Amino acid sequence: MKFRGLIFANLFRKKLRLALTIGSFAVALFLFGLLAVVKGAFSQGVEIAGVDRLVVINRVSLIQPLPFSYRDKILRLPGVKLVTFDSWFGGIYQDPKNFFPQFAIDDENQRQVFPELEVPEVQWKAFLNDRQGAIVGASTAKRFQWKVGDRVPIRGTIYAGTWEFNIDGIYQGKRQADDETQFWFHSKYLEERAPVEAKGLIGWYTVKLSSPDDALRISRAIDEQFANSTYETHTDTEKSFALGFVKQMGNIGFLMTAIGTVVFFTLLLVTGNTMAIAVRERTAELAILKAVGFSDRFVLLMVMAESLTIAVVGAALGLGLAKVFTLMGDPTHGMLPLFILPPQSVGIGLGIALAVGAISGLLPAVGAMRLRIVNALRRV
Amino acid sequence: MVRVDGRGDSSSLIRVRGLDKKYQRGGEEIHVLQGLNLDVDKGDFVAFMGPSGSGKTTLLNLLGGLDVPSSGQVVVAGDEITHMSSGRLTKWRARHVGFIFQMYNLIPVLTAFQNVELPLLLTSLSKAERRRHVETALGVVGLADRMDHYPRQLSGGQEQRVTIARAIVSDPTFLLCDEPTGDLDRKSADGTMDLIQQLVKQHGKTVLMVTHDPVAARRADVTLHLDKGVLVEAGAGGAA
Repeated sequence: MKFRGLIFANLFRKKLRLALTIGSFAVALFLFGLLAVVKGAFSQGVEIAGVDRLVVINRVSLIQPLPFSYRDKILRLPGVKLVTFDSWFGGIYQDPKNFFPQFAIDDENQRQVFPELEVPEVQWKAFLNDRQGAIVGASTAKRFQWKVGDRVPIRGTIYAGTWEFNIDGIYQGKRQADDETQFWFHSKYLEERAPVEAKGLIGWYTVKLSSPDDALRISRAIDEQFANSTYETHTDTEKSFALGFVKQMGNIGFLMTAIGTVVFFTLLLVTGNTMAIAVRERTAELAILKAVGFSDRFVLLMVMAESLTIAVVGAALGLGLAKVFTLMGDPTHGMLPLFILPPQSVGIGLGIALAVGAISGLLPAVGAMRLRIVNALRRV
Repeated sequence: MVRVDGRGDSSSLIRVRGLDKKYQRGGEEIHVLQGLNLDVDKGDFVAFMGPSGSGKTTLLNLLGGLDVPSSGQVVVAGDEITHMSSGRLTKWRARHVGFIFQMYNLIPVLTAFQNVELPLLLTSLSKAERRRHVETALGVVGLADRMDHYPRQLSGGQEQRVTIARAIVSDPTFLLCDEPTGDLDRKSADGTMDLIQQLVKQHGKTVLMVTHDPVAARRADVTLHLDKGVLVEAGAGGAA
């Protein structure tokens, strides 16, 4: 620790340069943090998907319906514990930009299949007794300042007309990553007002298994059962389903990685150049240090320590700002199902920053280590 | 006693035998030092003079373990340094050599105290012990009241005195001074030479100094001329 003063004195040699270099790291890591937030929002469904749940959709595409009559047939398969279903409503609340997902749900089994989404018992009972009742996720309720008892009109886009709902309850996810943006209402209410051609159809089934080990067998059994019918099925694990859903929006992961790579490569060039200048301008001083007895290895480590300190401080600043930004609230007002900076992203960000710091400091540090005292002093 | 004939005995503090240094410059071989011999006893004050390019600084670099000879032997206090590894030589320098350069070469972002403390950071001394040593060294050079000043806040003469304090703080076996007055006005140069002379006379330090300045050279016990790669004794004091 006795060398700390020497390292810090060198770091603060050019305060503006130090601030700009740390600033470069901070901006890059802030951007990385935001990318991680967006990526997490898109992929959170994949991360938290239940291992004991299958999703059954129409083989043609997710937007094609399946018959309600399939429910009992699926339920009869050995290893199937519960079956529930959902239908996409696709309505607009006041303005198209106020997007949030609305589902007509199977109120018999919804809570048993998705136990991680908790609704207070009193509210759930009220919902069951209210034909126009709705349960809304905490995030969406907060976004529109809805509370239990509010009456909410939603204009249908797939199903014509304005649909009135009563907010009977608010659900909350047990885990931070659970989606709290959904809006649930009774499938019976949809069935009542749906056009004739849509009656008896639902969007997709979610199947809860007795054991996750049966996933492959039961998936095959479901699809074989409905093969060569008007409504053929495609069954997959909930994780694969969520992954496919994300892919429909484009390869978010690739996009994020590509942007991140460009940003960090630019950062590497900037900091590498800065460290090279910082070392070159004190060649004589490094030679003096060596002359009075500081080893080559010490000089190498000193330059590396400077570079890594800049990286760590900049990264902490950038990731800290990103964290504060997420804590200030979701600027998309709930359009993203999740707006958090995951701890593992903070770790990855710090790791990348350290790698950039180490790589950018390495060449100048090796140059300083190899510096010949006699040559360096002759240049003065 | 200083000798250049290679007949000094093994009790000499510094013993140089057959020292050769060659450089390759643009395909041409330059023979800077040719079979140079030197014996210096503890407490001697030697000045080296000679025209530019005669090899004075090269000799100093070889004696200080900053460079390696093409052939020959340098023995200091019983240590043969010419064949030491880079790592061992670094440790040897820290223990035995105090450097004083023409351009002071202080670290501008460190205070006078911190600059002088640098060689002690390599020792196992405690913080309090390091402070005591630094204060003593700065006291010797008359800058005890300037220890918190940065180099830019000091005059050239004061900067050179800080360099001297840095050179003596770890009590090295000998001091190597490369043009210590070369960048100073006459008054500051005289002050610096007073100080170096004081280190020899009062503290028994061994000093080897390269200089172009005959006035500075006159302060030395012996002045040696470097000519065509060999040393020639010019006599005591100002015999330049």
